[in-house]
Amino acid sequence: MNVLTDNWSTYWHGFLGTLWLTLVSAALALALGVVVAGFRVSPVRPLRAFGTGWVTVLRNTPLTLLFFIVVLGLPRFDITLPFFTFAVLALGCYTSAFVCETLRSGVNTVPTGQGEAARSLGLTFAQTLGLVILPQAYRSVVAPLGSVMIALAKNTAIAGSFSVVELLGTYRTINELGYGIVWTFVWIALGYLILTLAISALFNLLERRVAVSR
Amino acid sequence: MAGPPTGRPAGEPLIELRGVNKHFGQLHVLQDIDLTVGRGEVVVVIGPSGSGKSTLCRAINRLETVESGSILIEGQPLPAEGKGLAKLRAEVGMVFQSFNLFAHKTVLQNVTLAQIKVRRRGKAEAEAKGRRLLERVGLAEQAAKYPAQLSGGQQQRVAIARALAMDPKALLFDEPTSALDPEMINEVLEVMRSLAAEGMTMVVVTHEMGFARSAANRVVFMADGRIVEDRVPEEFFANPRSERARDFLSKILKH
Repeated sequence: MNVLTDNWSTYWHGFLGTLWLTLVSAALALALGVVVAGFRVSPVRPLRAFGTGWVTVLRNTPLTLLFFIVVLGLPRFDITLPFFTFAVLALGCYTSAFVCETLRSGVNTVPTGQGEAARSLGLTFAQTLGLVILPQAYRSVVAPLGSVMIALAKNTAIAGSFSVVELLGTYRTINELGYGIVWTFVWIALGYLILTLAISALFNLLERRVAVSR
Repeated sequence: MAGPPTGRPAGEPLIELRGVNKHFGQLHVLQDIDLTVGRGEVVVVIGPSGSGKSTLCRAINRLETVESGSILIEGQPLPAEGKGLAKLRAEVGMVFQSFNLFAHKTVLQNVTLAQIKVRRRGKAEAEAKGRRLLERVGLAEQAAKYPAQLSGGQQQRVAIARALAMDPKALLFDEPTSALDPEMINEVLEVMRSLAAEGMTMVVVTHEMGFARSAANRVVFMADGRIVEDRVPEEFFANPRSERARDFLSKILKH
């Protein structure tokens, strides 16, 4: 029972690692996801092809394999980065494919007349998307986007196997000190729960805000 | 083909379609369309549903692409997708059957968005102009509301104000009153009549024969993707030349 109190600092650092990894990867995934979703609905064929390729490759590759490709592959091209950055790249790119598809399904809920009206006023494609389509798509993507972010938070656990300090990886240290494996994992699970419930709460709040805005 | 325009004389060509063709799958929806709209002219396009009149209207600002032929605005061919096309669309306003007001913006924001983002006007200037235009269509009090809070007729009048805010050279109306309850049709037609009287160049796809008679310089009758007649309204309604037009008019004008 005293696993937690004895190893508070290990757990705490692990938790902060997971939190930080989640936040930075989420920022990257959202930014990339918006851009790639824009590519996928754009009138320019090469951009659409790139977007489709991006989603197809990243969504269909096991995340662990992606970690191997980034951590072992990039150094071959003389790209050496901290393990944390590698992990953010793998997680961010992987999750961006899911963010993209979520946004695209939201874009499809906006009536085509909205885009036609915007274009007929002389707004460019980027303006139409950014000012008219995405703000309206936002309402229908908040809930599924929350699920994507929760999946991301849990996926950060893989980074522990690639020398990044995060919550799941703390079990090795604690286990070596001779603590019971069951309780070690109970506290780890609780740590993830705190994070994922916080994300749920955040997205519930966002959902309620878009609901009252009209 | 067309007789001398009624009322004011037609200016130089503003919109020209030359040999325009388009298919939707097997359906040849526009067949060798030639049409010239002069500056200040009001051309009403009528015809049975499926005759291609909406497609014709939408092709003029390239919401529909065409397969062959050319469309010219002020003598310049329509640019392909991109900045050039966006610039041209800002000059040619469009009013839709389903209004298409931006659902997430207030009425005032609807009429200022493109002024600010496309015409690069300052917010105060755009709002002043927006309020003037809302006043003109009789909706100054509704500026802060969202489109969903307005009736169909009010929404369509906002849509007209939104198009006018860009100071367009021409306005395209794609069945502007077809989605409206009967008692709201007149408030929209009134606004359109006043625009016509002021010399706005207009292409109007409609089933409102009263509007065609009173406001149009020319009536273009389409059937099966072709322009069958292109004449002055009095002549067309009194004495349609084609069997197709006689048949159409007998069906809609029998009461």
